[in-house]
Amino acid sequence: MSTAGTQETTTYREALREALREAMRSDDRVFLMGEDVGRYGGCFGVSLGLLEEFGPDRVRDTPLSESAFVGAGIGAALAGMRPIVEIMTVNFSLLALDQILNNAATLLHMSGGQLPVPLVIRMTTGAGRQLAAQHSHSLESFYAHIPGIRVLAPATLEDARHMLAPALADPDPVVIFEHGSLYNASGPLAPQAASVDLDHAAVRRPGDAVSLITYGGSLPKMFAAADELAADGVDAEVVDLRTLRPLDAGTVAASVARTHRAVVVDEAWRTGSVAAELSARLAEESFYELDAPVERVCGAEVPIPYARRLEEAALPQTAGIVAAAHRAVG
Amino acid sequence: MLRIRRFEERCVELYSASKIRGFVHLYIGEEAVAVGVNAALSPEDAVVSTYREHGHALARGLPPEAIMAEMYGRTTGCSGGRGGSMHLFDVSRRFYGGSAIVAGGLPPAAGLALADRLRGLPRVTCCFFGDGAFAEGEFHETANLAALWDLPLLLVCENNLYAMGTALAREHAQTDLAMRAASYGMPAWAVDGMDVEAVAQAARRAVEGIRAGTGPHFLELRTYRFRAHSMYDPDRYRDKAEIERWKSRDPIGRLTERMRDDGEPVDEELARIERRIADEIDHAVDAAERAPEEPVEDLLRHVTSARAGEVNRQ
Repeated sequence: MSTAGTQETTTYREALREALREAMRSDDRVFLMGEDVGRYGGCFGVSLGLLEEFGPDRVRDTPLSESAFVGAGIGAALAGMRPIVEIMTVNFSLLALDQILNNAATLLHMSGGQLPVPLVIRMTTGAGRQLAAQHSHSLESFYAHIPGIRVLAPATLEDARHMLAPALADPDPVVIFEHGSLYNASGPLAPQAASVDLDHAAVRRPGDAVSLITYGGSLPKMFAAADELAADGVDAEVVDLRTLRPLDAGTVAASVARTHRAVVVDEAWRTGSVAAELSARLAEESFYELDAPVERVCGAEVPIPYARRLEEAALPQTAGIVAAAHRAVG
Repeated sequence: MLRIRRFEERCVELYSASKIRGFVHLYIGEEAVAVGVNAALSPEDAVVSTYREHGHALARGLPPEAIMAEMYGRTTGCSGGRGGSMHLFDVSRRFYGGSAIVAGGLPPAAGLALADRLRGLPRVTCCFFGDGAFAEGEFHETANLAALWDLPLLLVCENNLYAMGTALAREHAQTDLAMRAASYGMPAWAVDGMDVEAVAQAARRAVEGIRAGTGPHFLELRTYRFRAHSMYDPDRYRDKAEIERWKSRDPIGRLTERMRDDGEPVDEELARIERRIADEIDHAVDAAERAPEEPVEDLLRHVTSARAGEVNRQ
């Protein structure tokens, strides 16, 4: 990517692409398949140029058949390949949910340990681009509900660049959620960053007054909220979950043990969300550490609307996070 | 065929005695399909199966004791007791289940075939499914994908005329399944599934075509289950006369008669095979009865493989 020791400005999209390129260069069992990943260059431009470098066998355009090509990824993984399947959005992944849940997540157990499925599935998630309900939902909690899979949500350039390699090394299925609003995010990326630990959440910014806990596309809003809170004299700690299953409740509990207050932010609907699970864990495991009720800032319980004002109102925003933190701090 | 028949007849007894539980879908009447198709496959080929798979598993060479132990839910079962009747697996024989979601095995079968094609291995993946699966989108998505990518996939539709209790004509606007499969641009034939020699011949021809690199092939095997859909099924939707008509075409009886007509000493041979199979099944039941059950402390094993043998991460 660049000369060792220097930092290069890159985008989230380019970081993902570089991770794919590295994976395919280093292991000839790895191939990418999905809708428009080849000639089109990826629905969101992530795989642009990879067809030219690796050819149509390894950068494989599929029909609009989510169930068939995700299932084909499962079969190829069973046969010793390391497929990476791209699904355009989490909304469309529901057409493949049977394959993901009933096969990918289940075969290892159902076969008494004989059939691990080393499959990586990438998909976009989230709202904020006025794409209306069928392209904007955040269904990460659906997947985080399923035993047998790992669920990742890279929120930073470093995670976008370095989560794929350990995901491919995992013998079990891994689902990676890329928030659509992050693709153009840019910044410096150390060329030889430490590899990502998929088992642990990351404290992205230390603080002692309140723990702001989130994942994926809401992380930039968390930083903005923490800046505003700092200006108000509230020193907020920002925790990025990174992995939604297995959920690293330990790192969250340790943060809350320092701050004694928690605000959980999740773009998904509040009911049955990752935020709901995390709040329950805090109630179970950190009850006596808490000096205030857990605050949740979640998506409104509505299919995401197209109109900009309504879409903004349906999603967690910085002002709402700041207000929740002030309520927690009291 | 006899091994499958007798194994399943014993399963009925064991089920009635509450020794085995869950859903048990019997293959009795359809044995010619599993035996004929497996005869055309080599050990390197892969087989993807359905929930009605005792016959496929036995024809693929899974030991009866491993299957019986699985029905008993014992650790010595071919799926360690985690699968039961509907989820038999044996990776050493490239036997990939055991899918109880109708048509759910089709996309992974395409993936197994894709892996072979990407690596240039001259292997075939054979996927069994029923006429009910033909009505699912996954069949059509997979047929399209396999034909589009020239995958070495043998699609075997066991058309036993009923999807659970729904007759073919009540589930399909067009009941000529081979013709519909042919519309994807793959060779497709309808074959008498009650005639093991006809099945084996058709399967050999298809497998040869696939190995020659001509892409996926489709076989519609017209067959019939003599028993109900599952042990829970009162079978009210079928005419008794229809069942008797099909029983007169019993694949085991037909083969026996044909051999007898050819002057082979079939009766002595049959008696010998019957004795051997009875011993084999007695042994399988006895072994299953005595096999250990997995301790409850191991409940969370095999959820993820990273810590197989330990309690899995949540």
